[in-house]
Amino acid sequence: MTDSRASETETADLETFRSETRAWLEANCPPEMRKPATSDADVFWGGRNAKFSSEPQRIWFERMRDKGWTVPDWPKEYGGGGLSAAEHKVLRAEMGRIGARPPLSSFGIWMLGPALLKYGNDAQKKEHLPKIAAGLIRWCQGYSEPNAGSDLASLQTRAESDGDDYVITGSKIWTSYANYADWIFCLVRTDPAAKKHDGISFILFDMASKGVTTKPILLISGYSPFCETFFDNVRVPKSHVVGTVNRGWDVAKYLLQHERAMISGMGERGVGRPLGQIAADSVGTDALGRLDDAMLRGRIASFDVDEAALAACAERAVDLAKAGQAHPAFSSAMKYYGTELNKRRYEILMSAGGVDALEWGSERSKRGARPRAWLRTKANSIEGGTTEVMLGIVAKRILDLPGA
Amino acid sequence: MALVLTEEQSMLRDSARGLISDKAPVSHLRHLRDSKDPIGFSKEFWYSFAEMGFAGLLVPEEFGGSGLGYVEAGVVMEEIGRTLMPSPFLATSVVAASALNRGGNAAQKSEYLPKISNGSLLATLAIDEGAKHRPLQTSLQAVRAGNGFRLSGAKALVVDGHVADLLIVAARTAGSAGEREGLTLFLVNPKAKGVAIERTIMVDAHNAARLELANVEVDADSVLGEVDQGAGLLDGVLDIGRGAVASEMVGLSEEVFNRTVEYLKSRKQFGKLIGEFQALQHRAAELYVDIEITRAAVMKALQALDTDVAKAASNVAVAKARAGTTATRAVQEGVQMHGGMGMTDQFDIGFFMKRARVCEELFGDANYHTEQLARARGY
Repeated sequence: MTDSRASETETADLETFRSETRAWLEANCPPEMRKPATSDADVFWGGRNAKFSSEPQRIWFERMRDKGWTVPDWPKEYGGGGLSAAEHKVLRAEMGRIGARPPLSSFGIWMLGPALLKYGNDAQKKEHLPKIAAGLIRWCQGYSEPNAGSDLASLQTRAESDGDDYVITGSKIWTSYANYADWIFCLVRTDPAAKKHDGISFILFDMASKGVTTKPILLISGYSPFCETFFDNVRVPKSHVVGTVNRGWDVAKYLLQHERAMISGMGERGVGRPLGQIAADSVGTDALGRLDDAMLRGRIASFDVDEAALAACAERAVDLAKAGQAHPAFSSAMKYYGTELNKRRYEILMSAGGVDALEWGSERSKRGARPRAWLRTKANSIEGGTTEVMLGIVAKRILDLPGA
Repeated sequence: MALVLTEEQSMLRDSARGLISDKAPVSHLRHLRDSKDPIGFSKEFWYSFAEMGFAGLLVPEEFGGSGLGYVEAGVVMEEIGRTLMPSPFLATSVVAASALNRGGNAAQKSEYLPKISNGSLLATLAIDEGAKHRPLQTSLQAVRAGNGFRLSGAKALVVDGHVADLLIVAARTAGSAGEREGLTLFLVNPKAKGVAIERTIMVDAHNAARLELANVEVDADSVLGEVDQGAGLLDGVLDIGRGAVASEMVGLSEEVFNRTVEYLKSRKQFGKLIGEFQALQHRAAELYVDIEITRAAVMKALQALDTDVAKAASNVAVAKARAGTTATRAVQEGVQMHGGMGMTDQFDIGFFMKRARVCEELFGDANYHTEQLARARGY
């Protein structure tokens, strides 16, 4: 009885929180921020050189930051909102209800923050987390190397001990937005003699340090969101290692779970309007209002079924984690499915768009926004661990299949 | 509402699993099939099911039931799916009990619901007429005659039809096939004059029957719900049935999958466990993810039904469509990965394939429900 009374109080509190949150969002989220982002300029990434693309974007960011809601579930002492998992779910649902954009996008929020909260020491948390929450520092991720892709643990970037510092030499590749980033969280080899997983450390440093250079890579989409990043005798204090020296693989794996959850979220993220309506614009409808392309209609409907089911699974994954019943490797399962689904979404969009989706340079096509986005999605099942690597992880860690 | 089972629901699952796996493993179905059992299920076991409160699980407490919800019904269905236990639970306790509870007047409820709860009354819904599930195509005629109606027409895939004590028959009192208006549900005594019932032995060795009504007379009190306005009641009852069958398919899929993964870990070829081959590992991993996603979609649908049956249609369409494609994939991979053994009758895996095929047709297949979602979304 005590339990059910306690949970009744909890439910009532949550409903109060919901109505307060709804009212606050209504009053504070500018109408312009209630539409899906359609270009990179619509996304605010923060950082030393950050610029707002519009006044509503600035207002929305600052109001959310002041409530700690750029990172709603982080502790208040680090600039977060201190929300419980249940409250966070309510906030997400209420933001989703009005279509509110995330006020701040950041690898600091999605990836480094959770790793620092778990593995960082007090000084590191106090130094870095509030700056992530306030959008002051933009982070990039130094993981992949030219010869360490799917086999990430074979990475060769070396950090040699020199007094109180490490001296870092090597190169990274596919570093997202390295050319815009202020700091990097980076995997380096601190013990070349150890087995490959055992000699890696997780270290943080300023991209303005002497010896760091970046070079954008032109992709099939015509954009350069990724860079090659070079380190030539970069000096980094040893106090910047997160977790134990040579145990960086633990931190790296934990962070990857968050990265995979983030990427799988792409499969849940719609493109503003339902695919069926977008397709109706170009292929037309019959007398009954059905898409005038039966096969395309069937593909869209099957996609919609799978998309709705994945959304339920993502919701359940959060609830399982809260209940302490989540399998730590489940993010790999979600990453695999979410990215494959997002690729399907864009194949459908290209097919629905027909000739109109082929224009690359015109103003009419927003400089080929759709084909460029389509091509971009092809990386989803490669970055953050390929589909094949994800399936291997599921086979080994969840299904316990032999020799996987 | 969190998309995980509560502590009470987990306890219910454990007790249902304990009981069913102990008393009705797959060999129970095999025995019923091989002995050509005339009723197709175990009456004794059904009474113990009733004693545990499962027969009246959805029936309100005032009528002797447990007053639980659709998530709980799904929990039991999932366990039934794991051992393929033939049971009146789906037709009587889920579908018929929901129809009576949602559409019945006070007299109908107090007559039938207590008997469902104590296990003494079996009931079923007779809906399909053609080869495929098309509720609006109902054309079994009910014409007014004296104080009541006269029913004529045929039904197929009537689950437990040859053992039911009460038939709930969807009929057309007005309009023509394809229209929502003019559908009415009737309570029909299977022993009434003009009712012919043919037990149809199905591929899955579960109960089903064909029904023929030739000028069957029923009185006005036999109408369940409103005359001509049965479509709304039917929608809700069918969605509840769909959620339940989807749960059975999740249980079935997961059981096939678990058996298959165990086989991959024990069968050796080319000097290796076949589970070491990446070609099989990746397919197993994909199937695992499919099942997890479907499980979440089904749970979402059951919770939506518990919140408001009338607003759960899209969630149910997603759940039943996913359950269909997932179970179909699971049983096919199950047979393929078991190799020649999977083709033998001696091995259980084929039973799962056969049951999945029937579950897929029950209350609409994946194509039907995918189409429903497209319509609901206006394209």
